[in-house]
Amino acid sequence: MNDLLVRARTAASTVCDPEIPVLTIADLGMLRDVRLSGDTVEVEITPTYSGCPAMNMIALEIETALHQAGIPHARVTTTLTPAWTTDWLTAEGREKLRAYGIAPPPPASTRRALFGETTTICPRCSSPDTEQLAEFGSTSCKSLWRCRACREPFDLFKCH
Amino acid sequence: MNRLALARADDALILGHRLSEWCGHAPALEEDLALANIALDLIGQARSLYTLAGAATGHDEDHLAYLRDERAFTNLLLVERPNGDFAVTITRQFLYSAYIDPYWRSIAATQSPLAPIAAKAAKESAYHLRHAAEWLIRLGDGTAESHRRAQTALTQLWPYTDELFDPITPDDIAVPRETWDTTVNAVLAEATLTRPDPKWQHRGGRLGTHTEHLGHLLAEMQSLHRSNPGATW
Repeated sequence: MNDLLVRARTAASTVCDPEIPVLTIADLGMLRDVRLSGDTVEVEITPTYSGCPAMNMIALEIETALHQAGIPHARVTTTLTPAWTTDWLTAEGREKLRAYGIAPPPPASTRRALFGETTTICPRCSSPDTEQLAEFGSTSCKSLWRCRACREPFDLFKCH
Repeated sequence: MNRLALARADDALILGHRLSEWCGHAPALEEDLALANIALDLIGQARSLYTLAGAATGHDEDHLAYLRDERAFTNLLLVERPNGDFAVTITRQFLYSAYIDPYWRSIAATQSPLAPIAAKAAKESAYHLRHAAEWLIRLGDGTAESHRRAQTALTQLWPYTDELFDPITPDDIAVPRETWDTTVNAVLAEATLTRPDPKWQHRGGRLGTHTEHLGHLLAEMQSLHRSNPGATW
């Protein structure tokens, strides 16, 4: 039984966020629990944003991944509690983001940090001389920035 | 039916739908993205709230969004106001966000069934409030034309703001008016806008008595679902 859960967790951990394909749902901290309910493996995920349009696709991909791992009875459930925060991004996930050209989020641990003056480092040239172009970017979780040093525009994964 | 969740869901859905009307029409690409993102957050909040509202009576989110008539919607009159120009849209968003952001944070700290949804919504509404406040300051303290439009929008929408403070059910929490006043007055001062003082305040949204605008919005929003009953993606 334990082996089944290990295989299930491994399979679920490979599923990527369709909007940021370098990150798995485990990197993002969206994968909350993998447990057995009767003979069904239940995978619990939490949405990043209330309106995240990727949730249905992620659920479908988890079911597919588990099926391919030889687990026929799987169910995906969602939970809102506790509310997802960017603090759950793993260190590995943050590094993957940066390498992909997206600045990782500043810590969210206090609400003040959400709106305080934090320095955003350019993910390409590492300069701290950057400016925000727009509060909202191509997806809910990102804002649009520009580096004054290398002039490249880039996304910041917003603190949440 | 959880009336509190239903009314908060109606606010979020109707305002989200209004913002979605800007998609492809906003004054700049960045704002097109911003308004669509905010709409997405609001519609996402509405989905969670509708699911909660209808759980006891077996009504799902689609039923509550698409198959109720105008009189059954209990949203604020403020959120059904037409988009008008960009100044009207931003002002409407600011006046609503200045109330709902502290509301979500307060109710998230209670034992209310809305608390888990509120904890997520509060993170989103904080961004919505900041976005609208920054724009209102830019418009009010901008050119003579942007100032005129922002002041006109504020004067038009102000008579719909008292309704924000009406508790929906006896167990609802109320954000103190002073909290809202502090936020609003600070932004208006920076925006060089004058706080209106109308003699009359409109009410009725919470009772299902709407302005003529909601029916038109629902007709557009609900037509696809009503003409294809049970349709799914």
